[in-house]
Amino acid sequence: MQRIAIIDYGMGNLQSVSKALEKVAPDDEVLVSSDAAVIQSADRIVCPGQGAAADCMRALHESGLAQSVSDTVHTRPFLGICMGLQVLLSHSDENGGVDCLNVIPGKVERFADPLTDDSGSRLKVPHMGWSEVSQTREHAMWKGISDNTRFYFAHSFYCVPEDSAVITGTTSYGHNIATAMSYGNLFACQFHPEKSAANGLKLLENFTQWSGES
Amino acid sequence: MGLAKRIIPCLDVDAGRVVKGVKFLEIRDAGDPVSVARGYDEAGADEITFLDITASSDNRDTILHVVEEVASQVFIPLTVGGGIREVSDVRRLLNAGADKVGINTAAVNRPELVKEATDKVGSQCIVVAVDAKSVSAPGDAPRWEIFTHGGRKATGIDAIEWAVKMAEYGAGELLLTSMDRDGTKIGFDLELTKSITDAVEIPVIASGGVGNLQHLSDGVLKGGADAVLAASIFHFGEYTVAEAKAHMASQGIEVRL
Repeated sequence: MQRIAIIDYGMGNLQSVSKALEKVAPDDEVLVSSDAAVIQSADRIVCPGQGAAADCMRALHESGLAQSVSDTVHTRPFLGICMGLQVLLSHSDENGGVDCLNVIPGKVERFADPLTDDSGSRLKVPHMGWSEVSQTREHAMWKGISDNTRFYFAHSFYCVPEDSAVITGTTSYGHNIATAMSYGNLFACQFHPEKSAANGLKLLENFTQWSGES
Repeated sequence: MGLAKRIIPCLDVDAGRVVKGVKFLEIRDAGDPVSVARGYDEAGADEITFLDITASSDNRDTILHVVEEVASQVFIPLTVGGGIREVSDVRRLLNAGADKVGINTAAVNRPELVKEATDKVGSQCIVVAVDAKSVSAPGDAPRWEIFTHGGRKATGIDAIEWAVKMAEYGAGELLLTSMDRDGTKIGFDLELTKSITDAVEIPVIASGGVGNLQHLSDGVLKGGADAVLAASIFHFGEYTVAEAKAHMASQGIEVRL
Protein backbone atom coordinates (compact mmCIF):
# COMPACT_ATOMS: atom_id res chain seq x y z
CA MET A 1 0.00 0.00 0.00
CA GLN A 2 1.22 3.43 -0.85
CA ARG A 3 0.16 6.80 0.42
CA ILE A 4 -1.08 9.51 -1.95
CA ALA A 5 -1.37 12.98 -0.45
CA ILE A 6 -3.57 15.68 -1.96
CA ILE A 7 -2.28 19.05 -0.85
CA ASP A 8 -5.10 21.01 0.78
CA TYR A 9 -4.21 24.70 0.84
CA GLY A 10 -7.82 25.76 1.17
CA MET A 11 -8.58 26.46 -2.46
CA GLY A 12 -11.57 24.61 -3.74
CA ASN A 13 -13.03 21.21 -3.99
CA LEU A 14 -10.67 18.34 -3.36
CA GLN A 15 -13.39 15.78 -3.01
CA SER A 16 -13.55 14.89 -6.71
CA VAL A 17 -9.80 14.34 -7.02
CA SER A 18 -9.72 12.33 -3.84
CA LYS A 19 -12.68 10.13 -4.78
CA ALA A 20 -11.37 9.58 -8.28
CA LEU A 21 -8.02 8.40 -6.87
CA GLU A 22 -9.78 6.12 -4.40
CA LYS A 23 -11.68 4.62 -7.29
CA VAL A 24 -8.61 3.87 -9.42
CA ALA A 25 -6.38 2.82 -6.53
CA PRO A 26 -8.69 1.16 -3.97
CA ASP A 27 -5.76 -0.43 -2.12
CA ASP A 28 -3.87 2.82 -1.64
CA GLU A 29 -4.29 5.35 1.12
CA VAL A 30 -5.55 8.65 -0.28
CA LEU A 31 -5.22 11.59 2.09
CA VAL A 32 -6.38 15.18 1.74
CA SER A 33 -3.96 17.04 3.95
CA SER A 34 -2.67 20.45 4.94
CA ASP A 35 -0.11 18.92 7.30
CA ALA A 36 3.44 19.31 6.00
CA ALA A 37 4.60 16.18 7.84
CA VAL A 38 1.88 14.05 6.29
CA ILE A 39 2.64 15.42 2.84
CA GLN A 40 6.36 14.85 3.35
CA SER A 41 5.71 11.21 4.27
CA ALA A 42 3.57 10.45 1.21
CA ASP A 43 4.76 8.37 -1.73
CA ARG A 44 2.91 10.46 -4.28
CA ILE A 45 1.66 14.03 -4.27
CA VAL A 46 -1.28 15.66 -6.02
CA CYS A 47 -1.49 19.44 -6.14
CA PRO A 48 -4.95 20.56 -7.31
CA GLY A 49 -6.36 24.05 -7.11
CA GLN A 50 -9.19 26.25 -8.18
CA GLY A 51 -9.90 29.93 -8.13
CA ALA A 52 -7.74 32.94 -8.76
CA ALA A 53 -3.94 32.83 -8.91
CA ALA A 54 -3.44 35.54 -6.27
CA ASP A 55 -5.66 33.72 -3.78
CA CYS A 56 -3.95 30.40 -4.48
CA MET A 57 -0.46 31.83 -4.00
CA ARG A 58 -1.49 33.65 -0.84
CA ALA A 59 -3.02 30.44 0.52
CA LEU A 60 0.09 28.43 -0.36
CA HIS A 61 2.35 30.92 1.43
CA GLU A 62 0.15 31.53 4.45
CA SER A 63 -0.34 27.83 5.04
CA GLY A 64 3.37 27.15 4.64
CA LEU A 65 2.48 24.57 2.01
CA ALA A 66 4.48 26.32 -0.71
CA GLN A 67 7.44 24.79 1.12
CA SER A 68 5.82 21.35 0.98
CA VAL A 69 5.47 21.69 -2.77
CA SER A 70 9.15 22.66 -3.09
CA ASP A 71 10.18 19.80 -0.82
CA THR A 72 8.31 17.12 -2.74
CA VAL A 73 8.09 18.27 -6.34
CA HIS A 74 11.51 16.89 -7.28
CA THR A 75 11.59 13.85 -5.05
CA ARG A 76 8.57 11.67 -5.86
CA PRO A 77 5.76 11.35 -8.43
CA PHE A 78 3.97 14.69 -8.36
CA LEU A 79 0.79 15.60 -10.24
CA GLY A 80 -0.36 19.20 -10.71
CA ILE A 81 -3.90 19.86 -11.92
CA CYS A 82 -5.28 23.12 -13.36
CA MET A 83 -4.34 25.87 -10.84
CA GLY A 84 -2.07 23.26 -9.29
CA LEU A 85 -0.17 23.45 -12.57
CA GLN A 86 -0.32 27.22 -13.00
CA VAL A 87 1.14 27.92 -9.54
CA LEU A 88 4.21 25.90 -10.57
CA LEU A 89 5.23 28.42 -13.21
CA SER A 90 7.26 31.55 -12.48
CA HIS A 91 4.64 34.22 -12.87
CA SER A 92 0.95 34.60 -13.65
CA ASP A 93 -0.63 37.61 -15.31
CA GLU A 94 -3.87 36.98 -13.37
CA ASN A 95 -5.00 39.52 -10.75
CA GLY A 96 -2.63 42.16 -12.11
CA GLY A 97 0.42 39.90 -11.84
CA VAL A 98 1.42 37.32 -9.24
CA ASP A 99 4.75 35.64 -8.61
CA CYS A 100 4.38 31.88 -8.51
CA LEU A 101 6.59 28.99 -7.39
CA ASN A 102 9.01 28.92 -10.35
CA VAL A 103 9.25 25.13 -10.47
CA ILE A 104 8.63 25.26 -14.22
CA PRO A 105 10.22 28.47 -15.56
CA GLY A 106 7.64 30.33 -17.61
CA LYS A 107 4.53 32.42 -17.32
CA VAL A 108 0.78 32.17 -17.24
CA GLU A 109 -1.11 34.40 -19.67
CA ARG A 110 -4.72 35.19 -20.39
CA PHE A 111 -6.33 34.14 -23.66
CA ALA A 112 -6.45 36.96 -26.20
CA ASP A 113 -9.60 39.08 -26.34
CA PRO A 114 -11.14 38.54 -28.80
CA LEU A 115 -9.89 35.03 -29.38
CA THR A 116 -10.38 33.42 -32.79
CA ASP A 117 -9.50 30.10 -34.40
CA ASP A 118 -7.60 29.60 -37.68
CA SER A 119 -10.72 30.26 -39.74
CA GLY A 120 -11.45 33.50 -37.90
CA SER A 121 -14.36 32.14 -35.87
CA ARG A 122 -14.70 33.56 -32.40
CA LEU A 123 -13.74 31.35 -29.46
CA LYS A 124 -15.30 31.75 -26.04
CA VAL A 125 -13.33 32.50 -22.89
CA PRO A 126 -13.30 30.72 -20.44
CA HIS A 127 -12.20 27.73 -22.48
CA MET A 128 -14.86 25.48 -21.04
CA GLY A 129 -15.55 21.93 -22.13
CA TRP A 130 -13.94 18.98 -23.84
CA SER A 131 -10.90 19.57 -26.06
CA GLU A 132 -8.40 17.24 -27.62
CA VAL A 133 -4.97 16.82 -26.13
CA SER A 134 -2.26 15.99 -28.62
CA GLN A 135 0.43 13.87 -26.99
CA THR A 136 3.55 15.64 -28.16
CA ARG A 137 5.82 13.03 -26.70
CA GLU A 138 5.62 9.60 -25.14
CA HIS A 139 5.09 9.45 -21.43
CA ALA A 140 4.12 6.77 -18.95
CA MET A 141 1.13 8.92 -17.96
CA TRP A 142 -0.34 8.51 -21.46
CA LYS A 143 -0.37 4.73 -21.23
CA GLY A 144 -3.66 3.34 -22.56
CA ILE A 145 -4.91 6.79 -23.61
CA SER A 146 -5.27 7.46 -27.33
CA ASP A 147 -3.59 10.46 -28.88
CA ASN A 148 -6.03 13.39 -29.29
CA THR A 149 -8.35 12.16 -26.56
CA ARG A 150 -10.71 14.83 -25.28
CA PHE A 151 -10.32 16.01 -21.68
CA TYR A 152 -12.40 18.51 -19.70
CA PHE A 153 -11.08 22.06 -19.40
CA ALA A 154 -12.30 25.13 -17.51
CA HIS A 155 -9.81 28.00 -17.60
CA SER A 156 -9.15 31.52 -18.87
CA PHE A 157 -5.37 31.53 -18.38
CA TYR A 158 -2.82 29.17 -19.90
CA CYS A 159 0.83 28.23 -19.35
CA VAL A 160 3.75 29.30 -21.51
CA PRO A 161 6.79 27.34 -20.30
CA GLU A 162 10.19 28.76 -21.28
CA ASP A 163 11.66 25.38 -22.14
CA SER A 164 9.50 23.70 -24.76
CA ALA A 165 11.12 20.38 -23.82
CA VAL A 166 8.74 20.14 -20.85
CA ILE A 167 5.67 20.20 -23.10
CA THR A 168 4.07 16.77 -23.12
CA GLY A 169 0.65 17.61 -24.52
CA THR A 170 -0.89 20.49 -26.44
CA THR A 171 -4.38 21.68 -27.23
CA SER A 172 -5.53 23.94 -30.00
CA TYR A 173 -7.54 26.84 -28.67
CA GLY A 174 -6.83 30.00 -30.60
CA HIS A 175 -3.35 28.62 -31.06
CA ASN A 176 -1.51 25.60 -29.74
CA ILE A 177 -1.21 25.86 -25.98
CA ALA A 178 0.75 23.62 -23.64
CA THR A 179 -1.81 21.64 -21.67
CA ALA A 180 0.40 18.90 -20.23
CA MET A 181 3.92 19.36 -18.95
CA SER A 182 6.41 16.99 -17.42
CA TYR A 183 9.86 17.20 -16.00
CA GLY A 184 11.48 14.28 -14.18
CA ASN A 185 9.00 13.05 -11.58
CA LEU A 186 6.59 15.92 -12.20
CA PHE A 187 3.55 15.74 -14.47
CA ALA A 188 1.04 18.56 -14.62
CA CYS A 189 -2.02 19.21 -16.73
CA GLN A 190 -4.31 22.14 -17.43
CA PHE A 191 -7.33 19.88 -17.88
CA HIS A 192 -9.20 18.08 -15.12
CA PRO A 193 -8.59 14.31 -15.21
CA GLU A 194 -10.94 13.89 -12.25
CA LYS A 195 -13.73 15.29 -14.45
CA SER A 196 -12.78 13.66 -17.73
CA ALA A 197 -14.74 10.40 -17.46
CA ALA A 198 -12.99 7.11 -18.29
CA ASN A 199 -9.88 8.62 -19.91
CA GLY A 200 -9.36 10.97 -17.00
CA LEU A 201 -9.58 8.09 -14.57
CA LYS A 202 -7.06 6.19 -16.70
CA LEU A 203 -4.61 9.08 -16.41
CA LEU A 204 -5.04 9.10 -12.63
CA GLU A 205 -4.57 5.34 -12.53
CA ASN A 206 -1.38 5.76 -14.52
CA PHE A 207 -0.22 8.29 -11.96
CA THR A 208 -0.73 5.83 -9.11
CA GLN A 209 1.52 3.37 -10.94
CA TRP A 210 4.07 5.74 -12.42
CA SER A 211 7.67 5.22 -11.36
CA GLY A 212 8.32 8.93 -11.63
CA GLU A 213 10.64 8.64 -14.56
CA SER A 214 9.95 10.47 -17.77
CA MET B 1 -10.32 19.68 -33.99
CA GLY B 2 -11.68 22.29 -31.66
CA LEU B 3 -13.82 22.41 -28.59
CA ALA B 4 -16.70 19.92 -28.58
CA LYS B 5 -20.26 21.19 -28.25
CA ARG B 6 -21.65 19.77 -25.04
CA ILE B 7 -24.84 17.85 -24.38
CA ILE B 8 -26.10 18.34 -20.85
CA PRO B 9 -29.01 16.41 -19.34
CA CYS B 10 -30.76 18.40 -16.63
CA LEU B 11 -32.42 16.81 -13.62
CA ASP B 12 -34.85 18.34 -11.15
CA VAL B 13 -34.02 17.27 -7.62
CA ASP B 14 -36.50 17.71 -4.78
CA ALA B 15 -35.45 16.89 -1.22
CA GLY B 16 -32.67 14.65 -2.52
CA ARG B 17 -34.69 12.73 -5.09
CA VAL B 18 -34.89 13.06 -8.87
CA VAL B 19 -38.44 14.09 -9.66
CA LYS B 20 -40.56 13.52 -12.72
CA GLY B 21 -38.68 10.26 -13.11
CA VAL B 22 -36.18 9.00 -15.59
CA LYS B 23 -37.07 6.08 -17.80
CA PHE B 24 -34.07 4.99 -19.76
CA LEU B 25 -31.21 2.54 -19.71
CA GLU B 26 -31.21 0.02 -16.92
CA ILE B 27 -31.49 2.27 -13.95
CA ARG B 28 -32.79 0.45 -10.94
CA ASP B 29 -33.87 3.49 -9.01
CA ALA B 30 -35.02 6.32 -11.26
CA GLY B 31 -35.29 8.63 -8.28
CA ASP B 32 -31.73 8.16 -7.10
CA PRO B 33 -29.52 11.02 -8.30
CA VAL B 34 -26.38 8.89 -8.17
CA SER B 35 -27.87 6.12 -10.34
CA VAL B 36 -29.23 8.62 -12.80
CA ALA B 37 -25.99 10.59 -13.00
CA ARG B 38 -24.00 7.41 -13.46
CA GLY B 39 -26.36 6.32 -16.22
CA TYR B 40 -25.86 9.59 -18.05
CA ASP B 41 -22.09 9.42 -17.61
CA GLU B 42 -22.09 5.94 -19.17
CA ALA B 43 -24.38 7.18 -21.94
CA GLY B 44 -21.80 9.80 -22.88
CA ALA B 45 -23.24 13.00 -21.40
CA ASP B 46 -20.62 15.75 -21.30
CA GLU B 47 -21.86 17.27 -18.09
CA ILE B 48 -24.84 16.98 -15.75
CA THR B 49 -26.96 19.75 -14.28
CA PHE B 50 -29.01 19.37 -11.12
CA LEU B 51 -31.69 21.89 -10.45
CA ASP B 52 -32.60 21.81 -6.77
CA ILE B 53 -36.30 22.62 -6.53
CA THR B 54 -36.59 21.83 -2.84
CA ALA B 55 -39.05 24.32 -1.43
CA SER B 56 -38.80 23.56 2.27
CA SER B 57 -35.86 25.16 4.01
CA ASP B 58 -35.71 22.13 6.31
CA ASN B 59 -34.58 20.01 3.41
CA ARG B 60 -32.23 22.51 1.84
CA ASP B 61 -29.09 20.75 2.96
CA THR B 62 -30.14 17.50 1.32
CA ILE B 63 -28.73 18.76 -1.98
CA LEU B 64 -25.28 18.91 -0.37
CA HIS B 65 -25.43 15.21 0.43
CA VAL B 66 -26.66 14.48 -3.07
CA VAL B 67 -23.76 16.44 -4.56
CA GLU B 68 -21.27 14.67 -2.32
CA GLU B 69 -22.59 11.27 -3.32
CA VAL B 70 -22.69 12.05 -7.03
CA ALA B 71 -19.29 13.74 -7.13
CA SER B 72 -17.68 10.82 -5.39
CA GLN B 73 -18.94 8.33 -7.96
CA VAL B 74 -19.44 10.16 -11.25
CA PHE B 75 -16.43 11.77 -12.85
CA ILE B 76 -17.82 14.32 -15.28
CA PRO B 77 -18.60 17.97 -14.53
CA LEU B 78 -21.57 18.65 -12.30
CA THR B 79 -23.47 21.94 -12.21
CA VAL B 80 -25.93 22.63 -9.41
CA GLY B 81 -28.48 25.43 -9.35
CA GLY B 82 -31.43 26.43 -7.22
CA GLY B 83 -31.72 28.17 -3.90
CA ILE B 84 -28.41 30.07 -4.06
CA ARG B 85 -28.59 33.27 -2.02
CA GLU B 86 -25.11 33.99 -0.71
CA VAL B 87 -21.49 33.35 -1.58
CA SER B 88 -21.48 30.89 1.31
CA ASP B 89 -24.12 28.79 -0.52
CA VAL B 90 -21.83 28.70 -3.54
CA ARG B 91 -18.89 27.65 -1.44
CA ARG B 92 -20.79 24.88 0.29
CA LEU B 93 -21.88 23.38 -3.01
CA LEU B 94 -18.38 23.57 -4.46
CA ASN B 95 -16.91 22.03 -1.34
CA ALA B 96 -19.47 19.23 -1.59
CA GLY B 97 -18.17 18.45 -5.07
CA ALA B 98 -20.08 20.62 -7.54
CA ASP B 99 -17.90 22.01 -10.33
CA LYS B 100 -20.15 24.91 -11.17
CA VAL B 101 -22.98 26.64 -9.37
CA GLY B 102 -25.93 28.24 -11.12
CA ILE B 103 -27.22 31.55 -9.78
CA ASN B 104 -30.63 32.77 -10.85
CA THR B 105 -33.06 34.87 -8.81
CA ALA B 106 -30.41 35.97 -6.34
CA ALA B 107 -28.48 37.59 -9.20
CA VAL B 108 -31.58 39.50 -10.27
CA ASN B 109 -32.18 40.65 -6.71
CA ARG B 110 -28.57 41.61 -6.15
CA PRO B 111 -26.28 41.50 -9.21
CA GLU B 112 -23.19 42.17 -7.06
CA LEU B 113 -23.52 38.62 -5.76
CA VAL B 114 -22.16 37.39 -9.09
CA LYS B 115 -19.15 39.68 -8.77
CA GLU B 116 -18.50 38.58 -5.20
CA ALA B 117 -18.85 34.91 -6.06
CA THR B 118 -16.55 35.01 -9.08
CA ASP B 119 -13.97 36.97 -7.10
CA LYS B 120 -13.98 34.25 -4.47
CA VAL B 121 -14.21 31.06 -6.49
CA GLY B 122 -13.30 32.05 -10.03
CA SER B 123 -15.44 32.70 -13.10
CA GLN B 124 -15.23 29.11 -14.26
CA CYS B 125 -17.37 28.03 -11.29
CA ILE B 126 -20.22 30.48 -11.78
CA VAL B 127 -23.08 29.96 -14.21
CA VAL B 128 -25.75 32.63 -14.34
CA ALA B 129 -29.17 31.31 -15.27
CA VAL B 130 -30.91 33.73 -17.63
CA ASP B 131 -34.65 33.07 -17.79
CA ALA B 132 -36.02 35.15 -20.64
CA LYS B 133 -39.44 35.67 -22.11
CA SER B 134 -40.54 37.53 -25.21
CA VAL B 135 -42.26 40.84 -24.46
CA SER B 136 -42.52 42.33 -27.93
CA ALA B 137 -45.75 42.46 -29.90
CA PRO B 138 -45.93 40.50 -33.16
CA GLY B 139 -44.38 42.54 -35.94
CA ASP B 140 -42.28 44.66 -33.57
CA ALA B 141 -38.54 44.32 -33.14
CA PRO B 142 -38.01 41.29 -30.89
CA ARG B 143 -37.34 41.99 -27.25
CA TRP B 144 -37.00 39.69 -24.27
CA GLU B 145 -37.08 40.37 -20.57
CA ILE B 146 -35.83 38.51 -17.54
CA PHE B 147 -38.52 36.73 -15.59
CA THR B 148 -38.27 35.06 -12.20
CA HIS B 149 -40.48 32.62 -10.30
CA GLY B 150 -40.64 30.13 -13.14
CA GLY B 151 -41.56 32.75 -15.69
CA ARG B 152 -44.41 34.30 -13.72
CA LYS B 153 -42.76 37.42 -12.41
CA ALA B 154 -41.59 40.14 -14.78
CA THR B 155 -38.53 42.17 -13.80
CA GLY B 156 -38.47 44.70 -16.63
CA ILE B 157 -34.82 43.87 -17.25
CA ASP B 158 -33.84 43.52 -20.92
CA ALA B 159 -32.45 40.00 -21.43
CA ILE B 160 -29.59 40.95 -23.74
CA GLU B 161 -28.45 43.83 -21.55
CA TRP B 162 -28.65 41.51 -18.58
CA ALA B 163 -26.55 38.82 -20.28
CA VAL B 164 -23.87 41.37 -21.13
CA LYS B 165 -23.90 42.71 -17.59
CA MET B 166 -23.58 39.24 -16.05
CA ALA B 167 -20.62 38.49 -18.32
CA GLU B 168 -19.02 41.76 -17.23
CA TYR B 169 -19.63 40.81 -13.62
CA GLY B 170 -17.55 37.70 -14.16
CA ALA B 171 -20.00 34.91 -14.95
CA GLY B 172 -18.11 32.04 -16.57
CA GLU B 173 -21.11 30.82 -18.50
CA LEU B 174 -24.77 31.59 -19.10
CA LEU B 175 -27.59 29.08 -18.93
CA LEU B 176 -30.18 30.64 -21.19
CA THR B 177 -33.74 29.37 -20.88
CA SER B 178 -36.61 30.56 -23.00
CA MET B 179 -39.55 30.64 -20.63
CA ASP B 180 -41.85 30.73 -23.68
CA ARG B 181 -40.47 27.45 -24.95
CA ASP B 182 -39.75 25.61 -21.72
CA GLY B 183 -41.75 22.36 -21.72
CA THR B 184 -43.24 22.94 -25.19
CA LYS B 185 -40.97 20.56 -27.14
CA ILE B 186 -41.13 22.85 -30.20
CA GLY B 187 -37.44 23.78 -30.12
CA PHE B 188 -35.24 26.52 -28.66
CA ASP B 189 -36.11 30.16 -29.21
CA LEU B 190 -33.32 30.48 -31.77
CA GLU B 191 -33.69 34.20 -32.25
CA LEU B 192 -33.21 34.75 -28.53
CA THR B 193 -30.33 32.28 -28.41
CA LYS B 194 -28.54 33.94 -31.34
CA SER B 195 -29.05 37.40 -29.87
CA ILE B 196 -27.44 36.34 -26.60
CA THR B 197 -24.58 34.29 -28.06
CA ASP B 198 -23.72 37.22 -30.35
CA ALA B 199 -23.71 39.63 -27.43
CA VAL B 200 -21.32 37.89 -25.02
CA GLU B 201 -17.84 36.34 -25.16
CA ILE B 202 -18.57 33.65 -22.59
CA PRO B 203 -20.07 30.22 -23.34
CA VAL B 204 -23.85 29.97 -23.55
CA ILE B 205 -25.90 26.86 -22.79
CA ALA B 206 -29.21 26.83 -24.65
CA SER B 207 -32.22 25.49 -22.81
CA GLY B 208 -35.99 25.29 -23.06
CA GLY B 209 -38.11 23.60 -25.70
CA VAL B 210 -36.10 20.63 -26.97
CA GLY B 211 -38.40 18.00 -28.47
CA ASN B 212 -36.19 16.26 -31.01
CA LEU B 213 -32.58 15.88 -32.07
CA GLN B 214 -32.73 18.51 -34.79
CA HIS B 215 -33.62 21.05 -32.12
CA LEU B 216 -30.29 20.32 -30.44
CA SER B 217 -28.40 20.82 -33.71
CA ASP B 218 -30.31 24.01 -34.43
CA GLY B 219 -29.33 25.40 -31.03
CA VAL B 220 -25.69 25.12 -32.08
CA LEU B 221 -25.89 25.82 -35.82
CA LYS B 222 -28.53 28.56 -35.81
CA GLY B 223 -28.45 29.74 -32.21
CA GLY B 224 -24.67 29.70 -31.81
CA ALA B 225 -24.89 27.85 -28.49
CA ASP B 226 -21.80 26.25 -26.97
CA ALA B 227 -23.81 23.60 -25.19
CA VAL B 228 -27.37 22.32 -25.29
CA LEU B 229 -29.37 21.30 -22.27
CA ALA B 230 -32.38 19.04 -22.36
CA ALA B 231 -34.46 17.08 -19.90
CA SER B 232 -37.46 15.12 -21.04
CA ILE B 233 -36.21 13.84 -24.40
CA PHE B 234 -33.45 12.01 -22.54
CA HIS B 235 -35.24 11.16 -19.32
CA PHE B 236 -38.10 9.35 -20.99
CA GLY B 237 -35.89 7.39 -23.32
CA GLU B 238 -37.11 9.08 -26.50
CA TYR B 239 -33.51 9.56 -27.52
CA THR B 240 -30.18 8.56 -26.06
CA VAL B 241 -27.28 10.96 -25.61
CA ALA B 242 -25.35 8.83 -28.11
CA GLU B 243 -28.09 9.29 -30.72
CA ALA B 244 -28.04 13.02 -30.08
CA LYS B 245 -24.29 13.15 -30.60
CA ALA B 246 -24.44 11.03 -33.75
CA HIS B 247 -27.11 13.33 -35.13
CA MET B 248 -25.14 16.46 -34.34
CA ALA B 249 -21.92 14.96 -35.72
CA SER B 250 -23.69 14.08 -38.98
CA GLN B 251 -24.34 17.79 -39.42
CA GLY B 252 -20.75 18.73 -38.93
CA ILE B 253 -20.97 19.68 -35.25
CA GLU B 254 -17.97 18.65 -33.19
CA VAL B 255 -18.96 16.43 -30.30
CA ARG B 256 -17.10 14.20 -27.89
CA LEU B 257 -17.65 10.64 -29.08
